[in-house]
Amino acid sequence: MDRFLFTFFNAEVMAEYLPNILSGMWVTTYLAAFVIVTGLSLGLVLAVLRSALSQKMPAPLSWLTGALRLSLIFYVDLMRSVPPLVLIVLFYYGLPALGLDIAGLGATWLALSLVLSAFAEEIYWAGLISVARGQWEAARSTGLSFLQTLIYVILPQAVRLAIPPLTNRTIAITKGTALGQVVAVQEILYQAYSGLSFSYNPSPLTLGALAYLALFLPIVIVGRWIETRFAWRR
Amino acid sequence: MTLSDILALFFNPEIAAKTSGFLVDGLWMTLLLCLVVIPVGALGGLAVAVLAALNRRWLNVLLVIYVDVFRALPPLVLLVFVYNVPPFAGYRISEFEAVVIAFLLNTSSYYGEIFRAGIESIGRGQWEAARSTGLGWWQTMGWVVLPQAVRNVLPDLVSNTLEVAKLTSIASVIALHELMFAARSAQQLTFNYTPLMLATLIYFVLLWPVVHLLSRLEHRRIAAG
Repeated sequence: MDRFLFTFFNAEVMAEYLPNILSGMWVTTYLAAFVIVTGLSLGLVLAVLRSALSQKMPAPLSWLTGALRLSLIFYVDLMRSVPPLVLIVLFYYGLPALGLDIAGLGATWLALSLVLSAFAEEIYWAGLISVARGQWEAARSTGLSFLQTLIYVILPQAVRLAIPPLTNRTIAITKGTALGQVVAVQEILYQAYSGLSFSYNPSPLTLGALAYLALFLPIVIVGRWIETRFAWRR
Repeated sequence: MTLSDILALFFNPEIAAKTSGFLVDGLWMTLLLCLVVIPVGALGGLAVAVLAALNRRWLNVLLVIYVDVFRALPPLVLLVFVYNVPPFAGYRISEFEAVVIAFLLNTSSYYGEIFRAGIESIGRGQWEAARSTGLGWWQTMGWVVLPQAVRNVLPDLVSNTLEVAKLTSIASVIALHELMFAARSAQQLTFNYTPLMLATLIYFVLLWPVVHLLSRLEHRRIAAG
């Protein structure tokens, strides 16, 4: 038992690496916050755009909107089918070769934001099309424009429907910040891993796992609550 | 940088031809991983959900803790932990074993939550009717409740399976020779990004049909109200 404690909960090693883990927690937090803000807002913009592109148009214009709509769907499907780690590594090495110098932090942020935007677009879109056709027609017939209908009538209902699946997906993708370790982002896992290599003791890894639990366990529990609170009507 | 430079760096047919055999080896390992990890995780999740349905209070507390803890830990953290810690206890764990164990812990939590939602979506009347015909608890669960539950949460099951398949790419971090690892090694050997583009293409071609199926399932569920 003493050996177990010495190996996994070595107070001396833990005290030594605690400051690193704490700074890692800060990096994880702001990286996650940036990913959530950009991912969710880009997803909403894309869903609204897809809704606008799906409106009936006269012939020559409809070819253009049709092509745009298909490329939007292609983007969403691409981002949903390629692993985030592949995108992070591709951006980290590939973008500097194109003259866009992006650090590990930027590559992780960009990749996770794009992936989240694709998933969010699908969820918002599912919410948008689930609001009955009659709502559109009724709102438009009262004289509201397309944009007014969308903002005042459709989106409030769609977003409410989207909240539970969106919460779960956002939590899952936010945990992907740990993938930044691969491209040297100094978040929790990176700090814990280097602590392990320097001290040759797994206590920093234990500490890192506890740090993740401290950050994400409350979010998972809130997510559980949101899921029952805003449950999908069936 | 001219267009031909970019093409030579990212879409180089020569490099693609040279490294494709290596990538295909990695692809087989990725497929093998999926074949092992998905059924193991799904069965683990099924066990979690069925045990939760037994409604034993202390057991449910334990299950909720299990599910929430392993949903809160990023899978990569779990994998790094499972791979690096056993040697300190005197046990050398292989990369494959580490991936299977880490994925079991992570994916069984997610599958468990999905199956639980499915089981809860089945009304009391189904239970009472089945029990009153003389079926036992386990028979009711197996023959009456689960088939309907699985149908109700099919889109979520497919969606989670897609995530698990994509997640196998993190095995590259502990140097298991799967597709992502092959692509990164090839990239480092050739100083060229074509292998990474190729891996992206392979993942897309492999998983796009699942994404497409998923969109259809989700839209159908919404249309059903």
